[in-house]
Amino acid sequence: MSKSNKEVPKLKLNQGWNYAPAPESASHVKLKDKYDLFIGGQFVKPTSGKYFDTINPANEEKIAKVAEANTADVDKAVKAARTAYDKVWKKMPPKERGKYIYRIARLIQERAREFAVIESMDGGKPIKEARDVDVPLVANHFFYYAGWADKLQYAFPNRIPQPLGVAGQIIPWNFPLLMAAWKIAPALACGNTVVLKPAETTPLTALKLAELIQESGLPEGVVNIITGFGETGAAIVNHPGIDKIAFTGSTDVGKIIQKAVAGTNKKVTLELGGKAANIIFDDAPIDQAVEGIINGIYFNQGHVCCAGSRLFVQESVYEEVIQKLKDRIETLIVGDPMDKNTDIGAINSRQQLDNINKYLKIGADEGAEMYQSSCNLPGKGFFCKPTIFTNVAQSSRIAQEEIFGPVLTVQTFRTDDEVIEKANNTPFGLSAGVWTDKGSKIFNLTTKMRAGVVWANTYNKFDPTAPFGGYKESGFGREGGLHGLSAYLKV
Amino acid sequence: MATSTIKKKTAAKAPKVEEVQSNGAQAQRLEVLKTYKLYIGGQFPRTESGRYYVATNRKGEQLANVCTSSRKDFRDAVIAARGAQKGWAAKAANNRGQILYRIAEMLEGRRSQFVDELMKQDSTKAQAETEVNLSIDKLIYYAGWCDKYQQLFSSVNPVASSHFNFSVPEPTGVIAAIAPQNNSLLGLVSVIAPAITGGNTIIVLASESKPLCAITFAEVINSSDVPGGVVNILTGKPSELATQFAAHMDVNAVVFCENDELIQKDIQEKASLNVKRVLLYNDVDWFSDKGESPYFILDTQEIKTTWHPIENIGSGGGKY
Amino acid sequence: MRATISVALLLGKIVTLMFISNDMNVMSSNTLPDFRISPRIDQVGIEERAKKFTTRSIKKETKVEGLKMVLNMIDLTTLEGKDSEGKVKQMCYKARHLHDAYPGLPTVAAVCVYPSMVKLAKQSVGDSGVKVASVSTAFPSGQAPMSVKIDDTRFAVESGADEIDMVISRGKFLAGEYNFVFDEIAAIKEACGEARLKVILETGELVTYDKVRRASDIAMYAGADFIKTSTGKIQPAATMPVTLVMLEAIKDFYYKTGKMIGMKPAGGISKSKLALHYLVMLNETLGADWMNNQWFRFGASSLANDVLMQLVKERSGVYQSADYFSVD
Repeated sequence: MSKSNKEVPKLKLNQGWNYAPAPESASHVKLKDKYDLFIGGQFVKPTSGKYFDTINPANEEKIAKVAEANTADVDKAVKAARTAYDKVWKKMPPKERGKYIYRIARLIQERAREFAVIESMDGGKPIKEARDVDVPLVANHFFYYAGWADKLQYAFPNRIPQPLGVAGQIIPWNFPLLMAAWKIAPALACGNTVVLKPAETTPLTALKLAELIQESGLPEGVVNIITGFGETGAAIVNHPGIDKIAFTGSTDVGKIIQKAVAGTNKKVTLELGGKAANIIFDDAPIDQAVEGIINGIYFNQGHVCCAGSRLFVQESVYEEVIQKLKDRIETLIVGDPMDKNTDIGAINSRQQLDNINKYLKIGADEGAEMYQSSCNLPGKGFFCKPTIFTNVAQSSRIAQEEIFGPVLTVQTFRTDDEVIEKANNTPFGLSAGVWTDKGSKIFNLTTKMRAGVVWANTYNKFDPTAPFGGYKESGFGREGGLHGLSAYLKV
Repeated sequence: MATSTIKKKTAAKAPKVEEVQSNGAQAQRLEVLKTYKLYIGGQFPRTESGRYYVATNRKGEQLANVCTSSRKDFRDAVIAARGAQKGWAAKAANNRGQILYRIAEMLEGRRSQFVDELMKQDSTKAQAETEVNLSIDKLIYYAGWCDKYQQLFSSVNPVASSHFNFSVPEPTGVIAAIAPQNNSLLGLVSVIAPAITGGNTIIVLASESKPLCAITFAEVINSSDVPGGVVNILTGKPSELATQFAAHMDVNAVVFCENDELIQKDIQEKASLNVKRVLLYNDVDWFSDKGESPYFILDTQEIKTTWHPIENIGSGGGKY
Repeated sequence: MRATISVALLLGKIVTLMFISNDMNVMSSNTLPDFRISPRIDQVGIEERAKKFTTRSIKKETKVEGLKMVLNMIDLTTLEGKDSEGKVKQMCYKARHLHDAYPGLPTVAAVCVYPSMVKLAKQSVGDSGVKVASVSTAFPSGQAPMSVKIDDTRFAVESGADEIDMVISRGKFLAGEYNFVFDEIAAIKEACGEARLKVILETGELVTYDKVRRASDIAMYAGADFIKTSTGKIQPAATMPVTLVMLEAIKDFYYKTGKMIGMKPAGGISKSKLALHYLVMLNETLGADWMNNQWFRFGASSLANDVLMQLVKERSGVYQSADYFSVD
């Protein structure tokens, strides 16, 4: 596309034929008013008697009350997990262990829609994504790891791997059920028992999973699910009866955890933040690259640790890519997560919305140009328009810090070595994207990216068989695939 | 080396005077002593701090003046290691293997020197020979792994979508290691070899009490086609440097081999500054079979997963 | 290479004239792109994108509005050796009276017939506003000399055709003779006079999306008013991904020249649900300006009745039977 200043014709997108609301039915969903802690196979009241509300971020209405676990509750849960480990789980023939996990996978498939609806209500993600991405991946993850339970010795040549014991697992609010699956499935397959804490803003699908686990007949105490805030998580991390900590969340909290377990024998895996480069070369399949950019940054409202938040476009196609991006975001439907047509749902919490808005202001103050789609936001709830910042410097805070929202920064580059250097110029190293039609260039770029997951000519793809995890400050350890087993075994 | 001020009173360090024949006349020849310096970026500098400590044997006899590396020496070593890392990792695996093999060859050629140094540091001749043999053989063991561990630890992942998906190990980057303290050579080789086999570069702090072989081993490295900066060897005090090793923001992993719980904790805490990988090898017997395995290589590897679409045209599905 | 340059120079003149006659803004675009380097298409990516349009939920008034739009975009087609005057007449009647039991329905966009039936069709549609489209250029294979193709086209135009659906020489295209294909389209465009030219790429014979994209670019730069997927005689005919490739080519052409090109997927679209998916794809790729039969057509014979059944169902609330809708 020429660099002239001539007016480029504008497409009339999102005008005219607009789609009528298509709300997903929630009538089949069974939710209680109040949820207790799932410890030792039973739902038990919190020692403190305290409960907190979990709300729907799309309308700020309360959905249910959820128990707040304190140190005593954590202790109870760890003891239940220890007892289950010593008395039942580690003694169980691996084949039988695997069959329990298969059973959980099947039960999730049976209730897939119910889980998808609750995930969308509690967390704000579009029902389309919960239904088509999260829940199927959850079931597949259990299905994949179930099969490993009796085959572990094949994964580690010349070794007889052993379980670690009790795993404390702390998961974030962006993929509540999926992260629970990523944590629980391999832990159980490897013969460990679990104390899992979902995030305080999205506890419901984990608690529904607890009900499902109860129904599955899994021995009591093998999986314990307790709810609460950061202090509850800290109590898990600091509990002496925990053998392993698995955490997914921010790099800041990850560092605190790494420090907290110093001097203990707790094994740790961390899946932390990211600021991924998504690199578009001029010979890329541009229209597919634009889809990759959209999927990279606006999937799940940008609440994705591996989001392609730093876009690098080769100079010669910059104007074309930006124009296509601007047109494309006009077609993104922002609004009620429960509407089947919604592409971008609600920001998970007021706190997160404030944080995103803070960065929008920082970006503007730093002199970047902000472009947002012309969509209208709902009057209630937490929403953010899909946003593109152009004219961004490598030193801008918006290009360096993880925003965790639907906010893309765009930089240009001329040469391959320049973009490789800029892409790697970050403390993070979780993921990267590369778009080019040239095979040998793909491999040059994919090998040079210092990141644990590299998507070439695609973005934000996940699969239970594909290891996921970071380099550098994006954490250590892998989840998924054969490599995900090491996190839960002594080898 | 500022030896002039040191009294040369010990047997080991005292100048050996030999009777030599020179032009038919009796003369005395003075033994040439070795100066123990550091090995950074392929050079043998003295510590910038000018500090030294006296290495002694069990009887307290002085063996040498050894540099007490400072945090600045360490910082220089990190710069050298970082500078060398990309190039080292980019070498053909087969080539890395030949270089490791070359180290073994060089070590073999100088075995008597190492046996001698080990004996000075309280080993019996038999112990010294065993340690040198094991060290040489360990290098050969890892030389063989250079182009094989990738195959062992890689996977092609059968994802459900139409994508080619594979996971491969890549070097973690720059490793800072404190060598096992209870031996002079084998521990050093045991932490260096797996790290560089995997394409990492390393800064290693030698045994404080048995430092002699470290610098001699640096000379072996230096003559073995190992690019400068790939292996950097410091001497000095773990108690002083461990915390620096763990805190440096351009170090990706730290290795510690002792049971000292205070230092372990300190390392683990400081490592959290940049989410460093911490490897504690306190229960490894480097003399046993368990002291070598590809899993030591894996410890300083990161697994990278790559995705690419598979076009599907024509009959039958294309899948891996 | 020399041939490319000379033809490009030669055609540069034609193209310039053509652009001037259409839109003054595009005078600067009198240089032709190198079609060998038309944008590449990632198959997995484009199919993924095409599939996403099918997850849009189209309900209630959106659906009714969409279905009526679909009806109005149909090129009601009969292209068989056994076509009779009676069949063509019936079809033309249907084109104007889709389902009189449902008042207020639009007509279809056009009827599409062989050149020999154009005169009859033109008489039959009368002043209803329904256009008469004629296939030409030795449809469907295009295996005839240039002179025959031009005569074929002139005959159709002189018989009253409002639109010409030509086929490209796929053999020449696949052999890499892009200049031949370009020249052929430009010549037919000239023969069309006032008639609008739809260029059929026969995507099923081009096999890859890269080639579909390249053929789309050649057709548009050579003067096509519409690009069209298929003759309906070769499988696969229109698919959503292949149509998306062509819509994106149209978008790029529009960005570069400001000139709108129409799109016609043809063959294989017989269900209203699928037609609505196409409409969603159009809506979100090219937008409101293209959402009418001036710029988008469905080449289909049995789609109309399925749409009618859905419309009646929406109005009556009960599912319909084919027995209640005339088959023409």
